[in-house]
Amino acid sequence: MIIAEWKPIPELVSMLKGHKSVLLVGCATCVAECAAGGEREVETLAPLLRMALKTEGVSVEIKRKTIERQCEWEFVEALAGEIEEVDAVLSIACGIGVQALSERFAHLPVYPGVNTTSLAIREQPGLWTARCAACGDCVLGETFGLCPVARCAKSLMNGPCGGTRHNGMCEVDENVECVWNLIYERAKARGELQKLYEVRRAKNWSNSAHGGPKRMLREDLRP
Amino acid sequence: MKKMNAGTRLERVVAAGHFALTVEIGPPRGANPESVLKKAALLKGLADGYNVTDNQTAVVRMSSIASAKILLDAGLEPVMQMTCRDRNRIAIQSDLLGASAFGIKNCLCLSGDHQKASAAGKLKGHPGAKNVFDIDSVQLLAVLKGLRDEAVQEGGDSVDQAVPFFIGAAWTPLSPPLEFRVHRLAKKAAAGADFIQTQAVYDIAAFARQVAKAREMGLTDRVAVLGGVIVPRSAKMLQYMNQSVPGVTVPDQIVKRMADAPSPKQEGIRIAVELIQAMREIKGLKGVHLQAIEAEEILPEIIKAAGLSPRPSV
Repeated sequence: MIIAEWKPIPELVSMLKGHKSVLLVGCATCVAECAAGGEREVETLAPLLRMALKTEGVSVEIKRKTIERQCEWEFVEALAGEIEEVDAVLSIACGIGVQALSERFAHLPVYPGVNTTSLAIREQPGLWTARCAACGDCVLGETFGLCPVARCAKSLMNGPCGGTRHNGMCEVDENVECVWNLIYERAKARGELQKLYEVRRAKNWSNSAHGGPKRMLREDLRP
Repeated sequence: MKKMNAGTRLERVVAAGHFALTVEIGPPRGANPESVLKKAALLKGLADGYNVTDNQTAVVRMSSIASAKILLDAGLEPVMQMTCRDRNRIAIQSDLLGASAFGIKNCLCLSGDHQKASAAGKLKGHPGAKNVFDIDSVQLLAVLKGLRDEAVQEGGDSVDQAVPFFIGAAWTPLSPPLEFRVHRLAKKAAAGADFIQTQAVYDIAAFARQVAKAREMGLTDRVAVLGGVIVPRSAKMLQYMNQSVPGVTVPDQIVKRMADAPSPKQEGIRIAVELIQAMREIKGLKGVHLQAIEAEEILPEIIKAAGLSPRPSV
């Protein structure tokens, strides 16, 4: 899922200060799963914002609404009524949701309430870890189902750097496992270590953001 | 004699079967060439190659290309370090062409320390920087090999003439997964490495076992492996390296020797000399890469005491 985390409250306060009435919009999909932008978080954030704004000496009305998916037009459309009553929107969806709202309701400022950080999995309750970097050239078939692009701090393609700690963790973050150590262990368990001995040539990054903003066209699905 | 790849002194020393010696000269955190020249004057003639680091620990320093050129002009043969952290394949190849135009012919290919490392010590560094890692160190070796052997860029376009490099790589023989490390070395050899400089070694027995594995695979005939030695300065430094520098294990007895020594400086010199001598006995090892981090003034004494002076004429 796409994961995100709340922006600091002071940053949100400085965005909202000049407004009279703000619609705080949650998204019930990815950001709800990662406990940053769902209905529960809308209910938690609204009073916190009201209090913080009040401390600054400003009174801003915070209206609340959560839709199923901020990245799909039909769900976004459902906001049309409430939008009429506010002079700004604070979206706590991922960057895609924020932009969908901005595009549909272009006459209003739509502020991001979260920072979108990565494509991750809920590894344990309360712990999300990156799994995919949307690199556009998937290598998981050759790396035993573990992504070195997203999970190696240096996106190395030919095995671990010298920075694997003795306990198998990464030199950059002692709480993150060295993914190349994991790849090695899985290859070994499968008896296929020789697959890791081959030199992997430079990657083609052009099917990701590096090739310019991504545009995927499927003629078979066009109207 | 076999055909030279770049004909550098380092390459000739190794080819002639001499035990090679490289040392490190770290560029300054500023634009003044004096500190490079001062280290150059101190170490001139004492080693076969002088490594110039490329913003090591991701701390901004004078560029390795410029520092290497300063050394070259002062009559020292640089081993220019090049990392993948800050440049994509376009900038890397452009810099390699520029370095070659300056006469720089030894290049050590590294992935590079992560930018987070720049703020791990006393400095602010640039932990908010965006890294590149377009290619990795193994792929970088292949880039140099392509430029040298086929006069071709990574993308397939040709360059007007072959770009001569004696191509180097790093090896951390004692990091986990231990069994894979020798294969990582093999990958670097296959990708284009002519010589290897290892991470600092204090555990000679464990290192010798890894070199023996490399020898059994025929790797020590294909690449010249130089063992890494960092001169110990204090017991505290060794404890820090043992705990915090991945791939470095320091046996307790060496830490104890430093802790008990009336003069840690002299004991550090003795230990460095012993490490070098022990490495000379490891079959398949072709030299040492000696570092005294920010204390280059003690290197001449160590080099002489280890019997590595004078350097052979080749």
